[in-house]
Amino acid sequence: MSRLYLARNPRVAARSLDGEMMIMSGRDSTLFTLNKTATILWQSADGATPLDQIVELRICREFQVEPAQALQDAETLARELASHEILQISEEPIPQPSPAAGGSR
Amino acid sequence: MSTLMQEMSEKALRLGIPLSVQLDLTYRCNERCVHCYLDHDDHGEMTTVEIKHLLDEMADAGVFILTLSGGEIFLRRDFFELLEHARRLMFCVKLKTNAVLIREREAERLRDLGVESVQISIYSHRPEVHDAITLVPGSLKRSIDAARFLKSQGLKVILANVLMTQNMQDYPGVRALAAELGVECTLDPTITPMMDGNRSTLELGVDRTVLQQVFRDASLVGDVDEFCAIPAAPGESELESTPCSAGHTACYVSPYGEVFPCVQFPLPTGNVRQQRFVDIWRHSDQMNDVRSIRLKDLTTCTSCTHVSNCTRCPGLAFMEGNMRGPSSQDCEKSFARTGVPSANMLAKKRTAANLVQIRALPATAGASPTGAIA
Repeated sequence: MSRLYLARNPRVAARSLDGEMMIMSGRDSTLFTLNKTATILWQSADGATPLDQIVELRICREFQVEPAQALQDAETLARELASHEILQISEEPIPQPSPAAGGSR
Repeated sequence: MSTLMQEMSEKALRLGIPLSVQLDLTYRCNERCVHCYLDHDDHGEMTTVEIKHLLDEMADAGVFILTLSGGEIFLRRDFFELLEHARRLMFCVKLKTNAVLIREREAERLRDLGVESVQISIYSHRPEVHDAITLVPGSLKRSIDAARFLKSQGLKVILANVLMTQNMQDYPGVRALAAELGVECTLDPTITPMMDGNRSTLELGVDRTVLQQVFRDASLVGDVDEFCAIPAAPGESELESTPCSAGHTACYVSPYGEVFPCVQFPLPTGNVRQQRFVDIWRHSDQMNDVRSIRLKDLTTCTSCTHVSNCTRCPGLAFMEGNMRGPSSQDCEKSFARTGVPSANMLAKKRTAANLVQIRALPATAGASPTGAIA
């Protein structure tokens, strides 16, 4: 199975409101709030860390879930976030133009 | 406002987070709109470094929606540098501009930077009316060209139309123009006094007849009967509610670093050149005074028929002398909607009656037999 890399879409707006991530779509200004798992994906989406590593290091530790199932669920979630243009996903690392300051603010 | 945004606003209110800030980058402008409340000189604008630092502080404080306005924002040579910084901090950035300086290249950069929307001031679809308000010949054409460039880049564009005596017949034309461009349109009959307290601009406001016409235009207000209905008396929970978002989840920062509860509420609460933004937001006595106001605390308005759905602006009330008092422009709007005079209007009528009361003079030598004033 190929590895999947995630990056934040630079066209969205985002802010953490008391731990809850608010994301506004750059496509149509739709507002989303992310649940805990999606927030972890968002915060870890640096374009360089593969999804399986994010799942292993962040999600499995946080939620104490079985790794294979967690990876499958995380991939489904990542693809859903990508369909809303919140995340970019690729089978190659995704170069980042500059450090995404504020991404976890 | 979407339900989710409403939920986020309520959460921000509970947590005391300034969800939305308008930052004016400059008061300089390349137009001279007759109704403008600003002077257009530079009295010492914040530098690029100061504004970037402020943006960092605002992101840390939880600000999500950042409206960049002026003056004309594109007159700042560092505008795109500031915008890039704001977007790196992932603000939802909205722009207010006359758009005269936006051409294809600028529109492309705004798209690339992920600006949420661009609001353009348009006063009429007719150049002779719009340009007579901006006092800049050719300005309507430039602004409309810009709207097309922005729209062609897929950006959300909003034409903002201020209703005044000069353009009161033209709002349907502006709406038709917006439809032709495929963009949104807003209409606002509020004229703001000058920031120095000069109220002469208010003379440009439309009269009651025009307001009534606007408020009964179903294409603007939807269900006219519902919009113009006399409101029900407020419940106890409504009287405990706050008048608007100013100072609660929103505030305004001037080009000189002064922080106010709102762009239309010139009560100084601190300056980011001397204090951290978040400290002003949380601890300013003035900000906390604004925050303490509940509908039940309003002088005159608490007993008014319209209190539960009045558009009363506490900033305009402040400019009339009392932030807990009525805002006459909003009294006029409530009256135009419903035909019922506000408590403030009735009180003024009583006062005026007292001032012109004619009484019989005491009988003294030389007075006429009837006591009338000659």
